[in-house]
Amino acid sequence: MTWAEAGIIVLRVVLVFALLLGATIINVWAERKVVADMQSRIGPSRAGPWGILQTVADGLKLFFKESVTPRKAELGTFLLAPFLAVLPAFLIFMMVPFGAPFTIGGEEVILQGADLNIGLLFILAMSSMAVYAVVLAGWSSGSKYPLLGGVRATAQAISYEAAMGLAMVAVVMFTATQGDGGTLSLAEIVARQDGTWAGFIPRWNLFPQIVAFVIFMIAIVAETNRAPFDLVEAEQEIVGGFHTEYSGMRFAMFFLAEYVNIFSMSAIAATLFLGGWNGPTWEGTLPAFVSAILPTIWFLAKTYLVVFVFFWLRATLPRLRYDQLMSLGWKRLIPAALTWIVVSSVAMGVRQFGLPWS
Amino acid sequence: MGVISDFLKGLGVTGGTMLRTITGREMVTTQYPKERRHKPQRFHGRHVLNRYPDGMEKCIGCELCAGACPADCIYVRGMDNDPHDPVSPGERYGYVYEINMLRCIFCGLCVEACPTEAITMTHLFEFSTTNREDAIYTRKELLMDAEGNVPHMFPDDPLIDTDELLTADGWVRATAPAGSASYEGVQMWQPTPGPASWDPEPSQDEIDARSEPSDG
Repeated sequence: MTWAEAGIIVLRVVLVFALLLGATIINVWAERKVVADMQSRIGPSRAGPWGILQTVADGLKLFFKESVTPRKAELGTFLLAPFLAVLPAFLIFMMVPFGAPFTIGGEEVILQGADLNIGLLFILAMSSMAVYAVVLAGWSSGSKYPLLGGVRATAQAISYEAAMGLAMVAVVMFTATQGDGGTLSLAEIVARQDGTWAGFIPRWNLFPQIVAFVIFMIAIVAETNRAPFDLVEAEQEIVGGFHTEYSGMRFAMFFLAEYVNIFSMSAIAATLFLGGWNGPTWEGTLPAFVSAILPTIWFLAKTYLVVFVFFWLRATLPRLRYDQLMSLGWKRLIPAALTWIVVSSVAMGVRQFGLPWS
Repeated sequence: MGVISDFLKGLGVTGGTMLRTITGREMVTTQYPKERRHKPQRFHGRHVLNRYPDGMEKCIGCELCAGACPADCIYVRGMDNDPHDPVSPGERYGYVYEINMLRCIFCGLCVEACPTEAITMTHLFEFSTTNREDAIYTRKELLMDAEGNVPHMFPDDPLIDTDELLTADGWVRATAPAGSASYEGVQMWQPTPGPASWDPEPSQDEIDARSEPSDG
């Protein structure tokens, strides 16, 4: 490995990190603003233009606050949990390609943290890891409400992880028919969604896999513990859930992890179903640097479309009861996902090999 | 599927509200110090002790306001007028007059109880203080001066609107002194010699028509 290659890797990681932190600052502000608009309010408007620096102000405040440790806390796990929450959130986004590869000084730079050939499995593994943070935080706080939140997190995450994985399976199977063999690499999945059907429909997985998309959307909302599936932190029922006993910078890390998770999961939804960074770049008619940056803009636009759906759901839907959550996960989503896998694989088989009797 | 159509209907409500808010057709927030809501005519704000047009104090130190006060926040002590230099037209005047604004519930019973319309309520409601002593208003803060200007505790406060101090409680004007709405259109009782110095009391309909409802 040359110095240039190593430098590019470091650059990519720093880029991903900066993108996520910047996106979180925007996301927290955007959520408050969107929810305020949906309730005929103004929302944050004091810090900076349109209140856009509100998150920075909040972050600074949290940074200077005392981090209280409960007397009955299991100190090691209690201190570990916030880091365990942030780490998977950032690692998930490392898999997501957020722009077209470009060449600089003879070196090809891919705009992606790392292009693993098992990218999707890595994503599933990391999103399962994120549950540990919640469970350990809840358990180690030595307090009853956090414990309830942690217990809720275990069952909820396992239920919806399954539906999310099955929705991904349908996408992977469909992607395999779109090119040469199956793949789990997100860069390859994006590349296979390039182009159009019939000249005007983008070749996104959204259209042939619409059922998988709906299941995936529901599952990622539950996976990131967002309303209406925020039973883990339901403040009306169990105070703050798993982060009740956390304060100061430790709480800020959970907060950061939640919003990074929203952005990462939305980015994955955009990558798997909305064609990732694919989009018209008008190469030749526009200046070269605009064409080079347009894929990233398409990617961010698609991601923020999904992020907006998160905010919209939060402003609209009341929280599910626990049995409703479970019955939706196990009795509706998982059977629906399994049925969809069968239906779509039969359809793909018929398209590839023809009807069995012909 | 009822659930799905209900779900979409809910999204429609929030989405529609968002569009209306962004385009400025719907907004419940008032940017308070910059824009102020229209106050109703009968708003119960800070009290003021009035004077007659000739500069005499209206308060006769009868303590009926203190007796009527359900929160026991008014303290009055009367004193005999000096016959050669009277403070009020009556026999006595309010020598000490204190209202503890921390206890006051702004019910307006003192205003109703007052036989001479000496105490009325204004439209001013911004009078937070940083210590308890400042919240006890005395004659110094309550009594209007001979020109009819009402003192404010913090005259330099950029938030205060001194016009509000001159807007009296309309309801009291319409019903005092007997506490009956039949006094509408009748010239107010005025225990000073000579003709009354103000117009007859307007009816409630006239009051409503006059005060423009700026914010619905």
